[in-house]
Amino acid sequence: MALSTNEIKDLEQHAWQARQDIIDITGWSGGAHIGGGLSVTDILVIMYFKYLNVDPKNPQWEDRDRFIMSKGHAGVAYAPVLARKGYFNFDDLQTFNKFKSPFGMHLDCLKVKGVDVSTGSLGHGLSIAVGLALGARLQKKDWYTYCVLGDGECNEGSVWEAAMSASHFKLNNLVTFVDRNRLMIDGKTEDVMGLEPFADKWKAFGFIVKEVDGHDFNQLAEAIDFAKAEKSGPVVIIANTAKGKGVDFMENEVKWHYGGLDTDLRAQAKASVDKMYGKA
Amino acid sequence: MSEGLTWTVYDADSMTQAEIYGQVLCDLGDQHPEIVGLSADLANSTKIGKFGKKFPERFFNVGIAEQNLFGVAAGLAKSGLTPFVSTMATFVSMRACEQVRTDICYQNLDCKIIATHGGASFGQAGSTHHCTEDIAIMRSFANMTVIVPADGIECANAVKTCIDWPGPVYIRIGRGFEPKFYDDEEYGFQIGKAVTLMEGTDITLICCGVTVLQAMEAAKFLKENDGLSVRVLNIHTIKPIDEEAIIKAVMDTRRLAVFEEHNVMGGLGSAVADVIAASGKGCAFTKVGIPDCYCEVGYPEDLYTHYKLDADGVIETVRQVMQMDFEEDDDWEDEV
Repeated sequence: MALSTNEIKDLEQHAWQARQDIIDITGWSGGAHIGGGLSVTDILVIMYFKYLNVDPKNPQWEDRDRFIMSKGHAGVAYAPVLARKGYFNFDDLQTFNKFKSPFGMHLDCLKVKGVDVSTGSLGHGLSIAVGLALGARLQKKDWYTYCVLGDGECNEGSVWEAAMSASHFKLNNLVTFVDRNRLMIDGKTEDVMGLEPFADKWKAFGFIVKEVDGHDFNQLAEAIDFAKAEKSGPVVIIANTAKGKGVDFMENEVKWHYGGLDTDLRAQAKASVDKMYGKA
Repeated sequence: MSEGLTWTVYDADSMTQAEIYGQVLCDLGDQHPEIVGLSADLANSTKIGKFGKKFPERFFNVGIAEQNLFGVAAGLAKSGLTPFVSTMATFVSMRACEQVRTDICYQNLDCKIIATHGGASFGQAGSTHHCTEDIAIMRSFANMTVIVPADGIECANAVKTCIDWPGPVYIRIGRGFEPKFYDDEEYGFQIGKAVTLMEGTDITLICCGVTVLQAMEAAKFLKENDGLSVRVLNIHTIKPIDEEAIIKAVMDTRRLAVFEEHNVMGGLGSAVADVIAASGKGCAFTKVGIPDCYCEVGYPEDLYTHYKLDADGVIETVRQVMQMDFEEDDDWEDEV
């Protein structure tokens, strides 16, 4: 169902806040995966503020939906969204990356409330998601498992082992996203190790594919609603995004896969985000 | 050496031992609906298929995809179930090494792994299917418990006990044709506690897996023929290791020899050496295993003989260790 104007306004406010937060944490921490954090921000926002059936006061509630950030390096985006959802105080993130902080740049589920699965090594998340979805089905639970992959991550063979099993087991309680920002550390995905025809690969592995603009809440909502309702098998939502989305000097720039921000750059970055949301 | 001490792995009587853990898992499955089984196209070879036949809806075969196998197991554990995963030791410890470490151990999940075809038990298959590194790898993972049962009976004990033992457990067995050692399950098996099979004061033999039977045969022979008082410890749990039993053995016998179907680097011998070194006690010590090489091809019995892991080899090693010098100062009792 299409989102209401108020819903979109609300999600955009959360997305603006998340992008501001990502910039602050990148500044505090000395360096973070800001480019891929900004590309996946809108997926995180719509999941946590619209779709996920979770309770921040009871993070281990057994009937909650599960969310797996398989591209675990996006912890810089994931952590502030969890904080704003109410799992912990946003100010705790001032320790990000620092000695004995619960917050490393790849989040640890035993240390950070709200994180269902520890990730960071690429190519692991979808297998764990398959296990969670199988576990839910076996125990006759109606919660959903959501998994977010990076596109570069899809070079990993284990992603395709997992994909093969998700369709073999006809997992219709699993929704997979790919944050298709088309960049990885060494350059463009298609130059480093080509993924195209990407949608066809997923189809060949038995997935139903929805391609959307990953920064358009209406398109994301429509795809998620479709995926949840689809009963024949697993759905993958290929979300076309821009690395560094919202910060003009970072957008689609491969060097901003990982970086730090001094005071001046933070101010510039925040001003750019304000401009995108009409707040400047 | 003496007759009867070189044994045959293909002993029809021991075939039932191979199926013990599959049966035990079936029995446990009745009592514990949360148990699920997984394999990667080795359901029959590993005997977990027995569980799969009894509980088809609780068994998942992911095909030849070991990385996915352990990721899926981690997800099932996170959904509130208790996965028992079985495939060959070499694929657990090396093909899916990172999934076992990162998906299961790092998250400290209740996932129980039964790794088959450990050591040289599939000797004729060649080095791709030997696994003489797994104990070293698995014991380096924080949160992991590592058990190497002596036979099918001890494997049954390990499988039954690990269900109440928190966190990930790695149970390493052979191909399933190994002869039985124990007559029944009532000998006081506890995870983390050595089993003293024979008391002695001259030397302690420390062993796990298939070497337990060989060490006991050798100890009996040495008692009768060399007049030696040999202590035999079955250290089935390599992590957490029974430090007390090892230090006591050092104090009581001052000579120790370790036998294992594993590279001499990083396995039981290394774990025992760590304990001895930290104790500050002097002793004569040797470890016998695969001497940091890729194991030759052959039937396991021939390989055990070649690497001095059969009773003949144990006897030879003991006689050498009895000749070894080590520093024994005057205030022996005041050490530590």
